[in-house]
Amino acid sequence: MKEKLKYERPIITKINAGVTDKFGMRPKMPAIKEIDGVPVDTIIEKYGSPTFVISEKTIRDTLKEAKRAFTTRYPKVKFAWSYKTNYLNAVCKIFHDEGSWAEVVSGFEYDKALANGVPGNQIIFNGPDKSKEDLIKAAENGSYIHIDHFDELYDIISISETTTKRPKVAIRVNMDTGIYPQWDRFGFNYENGEAWNALNRIMMSDKLELTGLHTHIGTYMMTPEPYAVAASKLAELAVRLERKFNHKIKYIDMGGGFASKNTLKGAYLPGKDTFPGFDKYAEAVSNALINSELDPNEMPVLFLETGRALIDDAGYITGSVLANKRLANGRRSMIIDTGVNMLFTSFWYEHEIYPAKDVSSHAEDTTIYGPLCMNIDVIRSAVKFPLLQKGDKYVIKRTGAYNMTQWMQFITLRPKIILIDTQGNTHVIRENETNESLTSHEKVPEHLNKPKK
Amino acid sequence: MTIRKNIAVSESGFVFDPDNGDSYTLNETGKLIIDMLAEGKTEKEIKNYFTEHYDVDEGTLENNFNDFIIMLKNFNLTENE
Amino acid sequence: MKPKYTIAVTGLNNTDNPGPGVPVIRSLREAKSFDVRIIGLVYENLEPGIYMKNVADKVYQIPYPSSGSDELMQRIAYINDKENLDVLIPNFDAELFTFMKGEKQLKASGINTFLPTIEQFEERHKSELPKFGKKYGFDIPFSKPVANLSDINSIRNEFDFPVLVKGKFYDAYLAYNTSQIIEYFNKISAKWGVPVIIQEFIKGTEVNVSALGDGKGNTIGAVPMRKQYITDKGKAWGGITIGDKNLQDITQKLISKTKWRGGMELEIIKTHENKYYIIEINPRIPAWIYLATGAGQNIPEALVNMAVGKHVEPFKNYDTGKMFIRYSYDIIGDISQFEKLSVTGELEL
Repeated sequence: MKEKLKYERPIITKINAGVTDKFGMRPKMPAIKEIDGVPVDTIIEKYGSPTFVISEKTIRDTLKEAKRAFTTRYPKVKFAWSYKTNYLNAVCKIFHDEGSWAEVVSGFEYDKALANGVPGNQIIFNGPDKSKEDLIKAAENGSYIHIDHFDELYDIISISETTTKRPKVAIRVNMDTGIYPQWDRFGFNYENGEAWNALNRIMMSDKLELTGLHTHIGTYMMTPEPYAVAASKLAELAVRLERKFNHKIKYIDMGGGFASKNTLKGAYLPGKDTFPGFDKYAEAVSNALINSELDPNEMPVLFLETGRALIDDAGYITGSVLANKRLANGRRSMIIDTGVNMLFTSFWYEHEIYPAKDVSSHAEDTTIYGPLCMNIDVIRSAVKFPLLQKGDKYVIKRTGAYNMTQWMQFITLRPKIILIDTQGNTHVIRENETNESLTSHEKVPEHLNKPKK
Repeated sequence: MTIRKNIAVSESGFVFDPDNGDSYTLNETGKLIIDMLAEGKTEKEIKNYFTEHYDVDEGTLENNFNDFIIMLKNFNLTENE
Repeated sequence: MKPKYTIAVTGLNNTDNPGPGVPVIRSLREAKSFDVRIIGLVYENLEPGIYMKNVADKVYQIPYPSSGSDELMQRIAYINDKENLDVLIPNFDAELFTFMKGEKQLKASGINTFLPTIEQFEERHKSELPKFGKKYGFDIPFSKPVANLSDINSIRNEFDFPVLVKGKFYDAYLAYNTSQIIEYFNKISAKWGVPVIIQEFIKGTEVNVSALGDGKGNTIGAVPMRKQYITDKGKAWGGITIGDKNLQDITQKLISKTKWRGGMELEIIKTHENKYYIIEINPRIPAWIYLATGAGQNIPEALVNMAVGKHVEPFKNYDTGKMFIRYSYDIIGDISQFEKLSVTGELEL
């Protein structure tokens, strides 16, 4: 029998003469047919549609790249994995295996880190919410407690009366780094002297050990200069501590906030073009510390808690097209099986979505909706997208940060998360939800359980 | 279902509507349908041709074909019947 | 014998808000030191320069920078395969970042550019201008970047009305009250993203300088102009070269301190007290560049010679009192040209 011709859905597209067409001339969209050598078809066949996919290789490669950028410029560098960015145990363990400490912001995350085998003295405890019990536990384990406000400082001073170990503390400092908006809700302010005041309070108490200084200047920072400003200000505080109390701090923790390659909504250029790269951040921070008045023979360890930039690229969603539809005005809409409940970051990113098979250069201006029966469930509001059919597969890139911690069960059940190891083997690292797993937490009062008459 | 007589379709898949000055592009399968409609082929004949020559099942074709016709109507490229 | 260069130029949108492409090309065609084949690179199929006689020899459509540098570079590589480009002159602010990032890659495939560095480009951004003024010692109007509507209220006390509301790349509106700021914020952010810049409005005469730096601190050319007639979009429709020595000094100081590389346009307000405020630094040749050519400084020619690695002597003088008068003019095109460009993305002229 004669082989049949390759079929493509027939389309007719209006040419916008002269009017600024946001898309311009665009070459055909490339296909993502496999992830780390595993075909997308195989993933969906084996684990269902949709499936979250994490690449172990990308995690390790990205962390190595970040380490290289910093360690070639500064003598002592340490990374602490930001649990809230992605606290799947398998993911955390990859970071710990690469030598990262744990950076946690709640009692829940703290216990998770311990359970992942992280020794107490390799946990940094941040955030505004630490209970007295949390603080006692952290103090006894020799963890590094980063104090957020005076109430917490007083709590620690009071528990230090009874703990067997001297609590190891640092303060979080907020400051003007020339960026807008300035994050001033966390930590003690530098400019108005609050940070210096807190440091004095700690030094006056012989029950606390001041180990470091911490800051976290913002999120999705596209330019490295503010980090240089922040590093100089922390170095200045460290030098003042040395002069007044003859006390050397052990580390400076620059927090995180590095951008990833995702494109923020409202940005003109794509994130993959504007991402400055780890080298630029490293250059800014290292230069500022090295050029400060810190004693060059005893430089503090530089800690980094970057989360997003280390994990975003390692996450993918593979899934299928549910339907194509014409909206009343003739515009094409495509419904896929990933909704905003799973892809939380679609509220602020223009996520890149690709077909999983080769397509022609023809494309239509398309709105991509998720499967939820909710008007807000929009994955991309306007994208020139190739002509996929119902059942065709797609891949969404850069979904590794925050989605697997901020997602919620809503209307449908959450899917499996799999890991592709460095050998190309696949492993389920979080099972999909079932009705049973979900309702196991529910209780129905007796009077509602009576059999129907 | 017929395409308006004064609609010009070039070999490259460029469509020009002289009534309002609008222009459009077609992909290969879109052009084929327009050409066959212009030759006076019926919907059934066109669909048969597609299922015979192209790697497509009837259901998908039916769906896509209807969508394409809706777009032609939407752009006022068909005769009012 | 004169060399012949194949030069790709963007910005053929010679509309009432013109890109610099057509005047750049006219200057290149008048160059004494070389001959040219001009490749027009266009984003849209109705950019007038496509259809004008003796502008481009061939035109290619290219994807917008917003679709990603990989896509744009792939397209340039395709064009280079066919045309063997010697020099590329980008003329839009919005595309410069992408071309600066791709500079090495372009060079490796034989395409020369003469662009500012990313650092130079970044530090003169409208939102960074006050910092720039502080660093290098220039007077800059007070300005603040605004990322969302709620920020507008929090900075209201820092300004007197009217204020200028400006987009990251283009567009500027004068607002007399908060509700106008909000209106323009929405308008501009929808098109060019955030931040939107709120800038103090300085009263005075606006003067512009078109200049070229060699990247080592030397000013190769500098021609000041005062706008004589401005359209409702704030674009010059007529202008005259002027001899204000202070403008030369400011330009030379700026180029020498920043070691500016490539073309630039300074927008300066001269107040009645004879103070000079820099209100904008555009990192490329302006649309009125043909006036500089007419006044004796062919800046695009000098830029191309520097791009191909030739030594270029600075221009010593220019004629004051040279004027440019823009006009509109209808040319006749045919749907077949439009079809060719729309369907194939290329058009031989």
